[in-house]
Amino acid sequence: MNKRKIEENIFKVLMVFSTSLVVGSLIFILITIFSKGFPALNLDMITKTPKGGYYLGKEGGILNAILGSIVLGIGATILALLISLPVVFYLNLYLKKKSKFAFLVRFFLDVLWGIPSIVYGAFGFMMMLFLGLQASLLAGIITVSLLILPIMSRSMDEVLKMIPLELKEASYALGANKLETSIKVVFRQALPGILTAILIAFGRGIGDAASVLFTAGFTDYLPYSLFKPVATLPLAIFFQLGTPFPEVQERGYASALVLTVIILSISILSRFLSKRFTKHVIK
Amino acid sequence: MLSRKLKDIVAQRAMFLLCLFILSLAFLMAFGLYQRSKPILAIKSLKDLLFSHKWHPTQGQFGLASFIAGTFWVTLLALILAVPLSILTAIFISEYAPKRIRDFIKPIIDLLAGISPVIYGVWGVIAIVPLVRDYLMPFLSQKLPFFPFASDNYTGFSALTAGIVLAVMVFPIIISVIEEVLRTVPFEIREASLALGATKWQTVKYTVLRKARPGIIAAIILGLSRAFGETMAVLMVAGCDLHGFPKSIFDTAYPLPALIANTYGEMMSIPLYDSAVLLAALFLLVITALFNMLGWGILLHIERRQS
Repeated sequence: MNKRKIEENIFKVLMVFSTSLVVGSLIFILITIFSKGFPALNLDMITKTPKGGYYLGKEGGILNAILGSIVLGIGATILALLISLPVVFYLNLYLKKKSKFAFLVRFFLDVLWGIPSIVYGAFGFMMMLFLGLQASLLAGIITVSLLILPIMSRSMDEVLKMIPLELKEASYALGANKLETSIKVVFRQALPGILTAILIAFGRGIGDAASVLFTAGFTDYLPYSLFKPVATLPLAIFFQLGTPFPEVQERGYASALVLTVIILSISILSRFLSKRFTKHVIK
Repeated sequence: MLSRKLKDIVAQRAMFLLCLFILSLAFLMAFGLYQRSKPILAIKSLKDLLFSHKWHPTQGQFGLASFIAGTFWVTLLALILAVPLSILTAIFISEYAPKRIRDFIKPIIDLLAGISPVIYGVWGVIAIVPLVRDYLMPFLSQKLPFFPFASDNYTGFSALTAGIVLAVMVFPIIISVIEEVLRTVPFEIREASLALGATKWQTVKYTVLRKARPGIIAAIILGLSRAFGETMAVLMVAGCDLHGFPKSIFDTAYPLPALIANTYGEMMSIPLYDSAVLLAALFLLVITALFNMLGWGILLHIERRQS
């Protein structure tokens, strides 16, 4: 009897310990980034582009990378949305619940989700060689959109799965066909969930570096053309940390803080939106 | 009337084509990478490339074995750290924690999953590298001067550093999958066990975990594939210096994804280099796709049995 109690308690302690370690690691990461990044952060960092010799410790900021990442992230999110929205509506409205085809598409999306971003980067690079493109905003947008396609589709799919059948049936009973039901009824009902999925995908796209390393290139200029290289925040962090100069490395910490704040705000915004945009949702 | 119907049909066709695009994407990637790695496969056998550890691109030697070994070494370390902690955390969340605490922990795990790999890398450089350099390495390497602890790398950029960072990166996927699997275990089973006089832990150990075992294995496989392909964070903390097979957890490691990322810039200037690197990407694609098919396959099988 006593031995059982002791075992129970030992494992309880171990579980609480593991959980605190997992939760603690996030707090540890945030504290590290904030405490190292905040002292190095100044207005120049986020309002100026790198001047000559920025990576040797001279003047400038990382506005090019911040804007580049945002433009690239938005472009990739829109492109991914154009593919994943029709796909998830097809899976959930046009196909039967037990459809083999839907099963297969979902399975492939799951597998694609697990493929590392560097492989997407290599594939994007290969496509560039094939099409004769150079590293550019466009190549980056295409590559990142493929990278975030699975996560966006799968999270939207989970939302659409939850739409009650009665709602669709009511719409069909009024004479609407599937396309009209999709756009006018299901889309509105699923809007909060769709927005969350978009933001999750955007956050993933903006934070990824391995896929844009070959495809988007890097530049000191602000993004101005689809066919020119574009700077991205994760790569700016990576390059600044890779220099041997302590003052440039500190700017890397500050840039990491900027990226963390962007990603945290997206995450908080998505939570907020999913509560807020429920005006058209029938409970 | 006709146009409404027409729109519906056109939309349906277009949607179907997009689904086909998704189905073909993985094959398209594999095929494209294979096409590009053909030049090197034409003059060297696959066995040579994957099992030789001679990597001298300028002399035309492209043995990937030490990179592959480095990948496995780092992944192994990450899993040794992450798996027990993830299982215990998942059990805590699903079986023990009151709803209030669960609602607090789950968003944190989601947040952990959303952090950029580069941020993990920065954290590794600032926090974990000094930890390994100043405490773990001097202590363990002197007290236990044998495999796998002996090393003369005092920089802190090591396989273990990468393993620690990777472990934190794979927490979210392993925990959320296990937690999901534990939730599918029917409640009656727990009640039956508790009614027989088992303690809560005994119930978990003998019934819940036994029932959830395939799902837990699937979660570990998915975590493994995540760690296997992680690039930027590893590139930043693993040292990425090449010297044969890994001999110590404190030696530097040079995993395959880091190699691919590092060749950026130089790979077009040496003949066959790009071909070898894209072959490495193809290898990575095939391995991670297989792991994912296995992992998701197991989970789908469980889900089917449920319904």
